[in-house]
Amino acid sequence: MSSHDPIELAAARPDFAAIAAWIPQGASVLDLGCGDGSLLRYLKETRKVRGYGVEISDANIVACIRNGVNVIQGNLESGLSGFESNAFDYVLLSQTLQATRHTEPLVQEMLRVGREGIVSFPNFGYWKARLNVLRGYMPVSDELPYQWYDTPNVHLCTLHDFETFCSDHHVEILGRHVMTGKKEMNVLPNLLGSMAVYRFKRGL
Amino acid sequence: MVASNCIGIVSAQRAIFDTPFTFRSGAVLTRYELVYETYGTLNADKSNAILVCHALSGHHHVAGYYADDPKNTGWWDNMIGPGKPVDTNKFFVIGLNNLGGCNGSTGPSSIAPLADKPYGASFPVVTVEDWVESQARLADMLGIKQFAAVMGGSLGGMQALQWSLSFPERVRHVLAIACAPHLTAENIAFNDVARNAILTDPDFHGGNYYEHGVVPTRGLRLARMLGHITYLSDDAMADKFGRSLRSGKLGYNYDIEFEIESYLRYQGDKFAAYFDANTYLLMTKALDYFDPARACGDNLDKAFAAARADYLVLSFSTDWRFSPERSREIVNALLHNRRNVSYAEIASTHGHDSFLMQNEHYHEVMRTYLERVAKEVAV
Repeated sequence: MSSHDPIELAAARPDFAAIAAWIPQGASVLDLGCGDGSLLRYLKETRKVRGYGVEISDANIVACIRNGVNVIQGNLESGLSGFESNAFDYVLLSQTLQATRHTEPLVQEMLRVGREGIVSFPNFGYWKARLNVLRGYMPVSDELPYQWYDTPNVHLCTLHDFETFCSDHHVEILGRHVMTGKKEMNVLPNLLGSMAVYRFKRGL
Repeated sequence: MVASNCIGIVSAQRAIFDTPFTFRSGAVLTRYELVYETYGTLNADKSNAILVCHALSGHHHVAGYYADDPKNTGWWDNMIGPGKPVDTNKFFVIGLNNLGGCNGSTGPSSIAPLADKPYGASFPVVTVEDWVESQARLADMLGIKQFAAVMGGSLGGMQALQWSLSFPERVRHVLAIACAPHLTAENIAFNDVARNAILTDPDFHGGNYYEHGVVPTRGLRLARMLGHITYLSDDAMADKFGRSLRSGKLGYNYDIEFEIESYLRYQGDKFAAYFDANTYLLMTKALDYFDPARACGDNLDKAFAAARADYLVLSFSTDWRFSPERSREIVNALLHNRRNVSYAEIASTHGHDSFLMQNEHYHEVMRTYLERVAKEVAV
């Protein structure tokens, strides 16, 4: 992503604006799998957050530093043990959930380290994905741009799957945006939405 | 042939301090000198200065070469120069020889005033805090109120960290490379074996060997050989030397047979020929003593509470003397204090020595971070 203009960034990544809308000015944020730091930079510029990213790839570490955001190189799958409990207002996992191997403990760790969690992921229940499977092929699309043999996505899910997961794991959902491109999908979201963003906290 | 992005010919300068210096130990030097080199130009508001702190055997000759000794290039020349990660077109870079050193600054081999002979054993034990204090005086002399960055590897990284604790307002960025918040027991043990090699050398004479016209070469040589093993990685040694025999066959004697033996002895001899044994002892002691958490009930978070700088912390994958886990301890303490910090673990096969090596990704991280620093201080 070469552009650093917040408006252009939001246009390129519709989940950015949806995430930012939930985050109050000056919040503290931990972005897991922060990539090149675009989201953190966007939140820094639009929400004045104090944030850190966790990222594993060498190239992304350099990109984050170039973007002027704090980045800690590490594997988020091996836990967030360096981070104190309740250290952050928000822990983000943007377009990464589906690529995590130990998804259950990671969501628990998010809610240990942060007051609230925010995740975005491609909806496997989206009609185009279903249609692909119906035709006998794994879906390949803008949201799921990989072939079955080279995909990092090992834990794909639908909106229904994620919501069931949350209720089974005492995670309380506080908000949801379902989108296709830049458009918010409120009717039949699990069928018509290609991407979802959830905000949640520890349930009782 | 010197690369076009080498800083070129440099020369050392000497700063003389006539005000007494009190060490942590309580010992006092009435006067002392520090030799240093500078590269690049200090800008009008003196905001673009970077201090480079050296490690155990380092000195002030960090980059460039001498007109009368063109082969003598600085120890971190691959990092510092025009267009290099520490870009001397943007920054004013200072390298110095620490107090207690043997490369021109006042140290055990310097002539003590009034005594008319070298300090020898009477030279005070120096701590990292003492060094930072003495470096601050050099900064005062150069009119630098705040460094854009203080950086260093290993023991040099410890000084960079200490800068942000001793003088929080005087350093914007700390670059702590291949470093640790304190030595482990294992690390102190290595240092103690090295010291014992020197202390038990019959030529040591309680540290006053200068008067006897001898040098504890055997001890110093062993100390360096041991140190050198710990600076390399098992893989690097296996790659470079393996089990190769110099003559191709076993000799059934104690001569140099394996290539690694030859290499270590060569390194030991080379080092013992120019380094001062008393300085080596002092440097290892400064390493052992460094522990900012100690004064805060062994709580590193508390130790960094006073810090105001931003940090770049780097470690190397095969460094077992100052392992990545040790760097993570620093990072965690900074996170707990909500400091701005970035951390990278650089893949490298060269062990602790990696911080001195050419490594594209490592240098890219340094360059990118320092470009940010340059923008901040508007150069």
